[in-house]
Amino acid sequence: MAEVRLSRLSKSFGAAAAVSGLDLTIADGEFVVLLGPTGAGKTTTLRLIAGLERPDAGSVTIGGEEVTARSPAERDVAFVFQQYSLYPHLSVYDNLAFPLRSPARRLPAAEVDARVREIAGLVRIDHKLDSRSTRLSGGEMQRVAIGRALVRKPSIFLMDEPLSSLDAKLRADLRLELKRIQSDVGSTLLYVTHDQIEAMTMADRIGILSGGELVQLGTPRDIYTSPANLHVAARLGNPQINLVEPGLIPCQSVPRGTRTIGARTEHVEVEKAAAGAAANARIDWIEHLGDQNHLHIAVDGRRITLLADPYSGFKAGDAVAIRLREPLFFGADDRRISHG
Amino acid sequence: MSAAAHSVVEPGLTSKRVAGAIVILYAVITMVPLFWIFATSFKTPPDSIAYPPKILFEPSIEGYCNLFTTRTRQTAEYIASLPPATSFCDETTRKRNMVIAGQSNFLPRFVNSLIIAFGSTFCAVFLGTLAAYGFSRFKVPLADDLLFFILSTRMMPPIAVAIPIYLMYRELGLSDTALGMILLYTAVNVSLAVWLLKGFIDEIPREYEEAAMIDGYTRMGAFFKVVLPQATTGIAATAIFCLIFAWNEYAFAALLTSGTAQTAPPFIPTIIGEGGQDWPAVAAGTTIFLVPILVFTILLRKQLLRGITFGAVRK
Ligand SMILES: Nc1ncnc2c1ncn2[C@@H]1O[C@H](COP(=O)(O)OP(=O)(O)O)[C@@H](O)[C@H]1O
Ligand SMILES: [Mg+2]
Repeated sequence: MAEVRLSRLSKSFGAAAAVSGLDLTIADGEFVVLLGPTGAGKTTTLRLIAGLERPDAGSVTIGGEEVTARSPAERDVAFVFQQYSLYPHLSVYDNLAFPLRSPARRLPAAEVDARVREIAGLVRIDHKLDSRSTRLSGGEMQRVAIGRALVRKPSIFLMDEPLSSLDAKLRADLRLELKRIQSDVGSTLLYVTHDQIEAMTMADRIGILSGGELVQLGTPRDIYTSPANLHVAARLGNPQINLVEPGLIPCQSVPRGTRTIGARTEHVEVEKAAAGAAANARIDWIEHLGDQNHLHIAVDGRRITLLADPYSGFKAGDAVAIRLREPLFFGADDRRISHG
Repeated sequence: MSAAAHSVVEPGLTSKRVAGAIVILYAVITMVPLFWIFATSFKTPPDSIAYPPKILFEPSIEGYCNLFTTRTRQTAEYIASLPPATSFCDETTRKRNMVIAGQSNFLPRFVNSLIIAFGSTFCAVFLGTLAAYGFSRFKVPLADDLLFFILSTRMMPPIAVAIPIYLMYRELGLSDTALGMILLYTAVNVSLAVWLLKGFIDEIPREYEEAAMIDGYTRMGAFFKVVLPQATTGIAATAIFCLIFAWNEYAFAALLTSGTAQTAPPFIPTIIGEGGQDWPAVAAGTTIFLVPILVFTILLRKQLLRGITFGAVRK
């Protein structure tokens, strides 16, 4: 395991910049998640670290050694790809043994066998060691892929949306398992995804990537409660943050220069209209998602969506009084204005 | 109700039967000449030219005897003075007032065919795989033009350049050598190999090699450990196409080989001339000539079936 440092890393394809001026230090044993939509430069960042792409500028340092000019085999990183993660012509056992038998390592057969069996146990695939890798289910495949990364004990694990092709249930299971493995092994891990839940649940720190630039870096809590700008605020939270203009919903004190107010469920108080609370909005309809309800509230022709307690007793058509409570304020440049 | 049981995708019984009948009919039509050659190879020379043609006949291996031997005509007294015949071939030959004089050239010609066809197939597929990998994975300057140039060598019949090749080969001392024929067939086949294999290699995701390189292999190592095993289907299909061309090629073989390097295709027709119209011997030569391709195709039929669908059903 080792510290990995990216400094001013840039890569363009033709005229389009895939990654620009990326500065990021991943501490030894840290789990960092880069979160960004498709095309944000997540895969390119990982490929630059692995040595599959040459940066146009900047450098990659792994464990104190500058590796920018080295080949992938000389970097001691492990990569779990988004797709095609296993060698289809090999069995599960041979897939796991493949990195250990490489010319870069060439471990004796007994040691290979011991390591493969140990890791197979860790990722819970020991009962399928003799299967062809193409015969596995999606979840098993990704477990083997993670195992193949683990088997070598590399300086850093790079994972490119390893769970994105799985269904929701499996994704949730593997998310927990990956976090468990990572804390057991104490590995340094850079994980990229477009899934905010993966980022929020697994990361020690999240980096928000947009258009090839790192917009914000911080703990999941930090990024959620103090997003640097509108873009970051919109990436996190479900239902998505409501963006309204100042004055639409009553609010105690709005800082000067506020152009947009961001209001998540916890920023909005909703009350049934009564004598003391004059109605300023109406419940348009309620979406029942089973474990939670989404309230769609119409305010002055605009609509906001909030999470609601299933026992709240609201019905579609109810007149309600709503009020903001310490929401997020954004200026004309979309950056957040911190409250007085 | 009954309409629901009738799936839209699954063809009905009637159409299945019609399709089956058409396939069987086609197979029968294409198999008739092969069967006729096979049958003729086991006829006696008189049976082979009997009219109306005999469907039922007493099988004989005289054709095979004649294929592998040369015979000379002798007087009845001389034949009577010989010690008793030691083999079936001896006996049948003597019945026709001839004695076996020695081995024919069929076996060496057949071996030439094997060496030249398999040798050129190996070279074409080997070079084709490397070139296809290069075109598929690297930024080759003018790649499209080069690929078109490679394909363009197939746009005329190879025999159109027969005269220049004949003269070149005479100058270079490659006439009537196995090496010359291997080079020639390799040159003809390599363009096909590059194009076919490029298609197959394009379909193998790069991620596998990249994963192997990250796992500690060199690009060469990744090529052998990861790309080649997944390209076997394409390589087998390509090899069959190359082999069939090289094995069956007649025109260049007739033009450029006459002695030591002669292949079976130009040799077989010459059997007709030796001592009357010996159709059973010709048929026997043709039958044996078919065997290697048959064996090779049967051995590789699984890869071939998957390969010929060109990725349509590959997964
Ligand atoms: N090999 C490539 N050639 C050309 N453009 C590329 C290549 N790889 C990535 N890009 C471009 O770079 C940008 C970032 O891509 P990528 O890193 O794959 O994003 P992500 O993984 O976040 O979806 C995209 O606009 C993509 O089209
Ligand atoms: Mg990607």
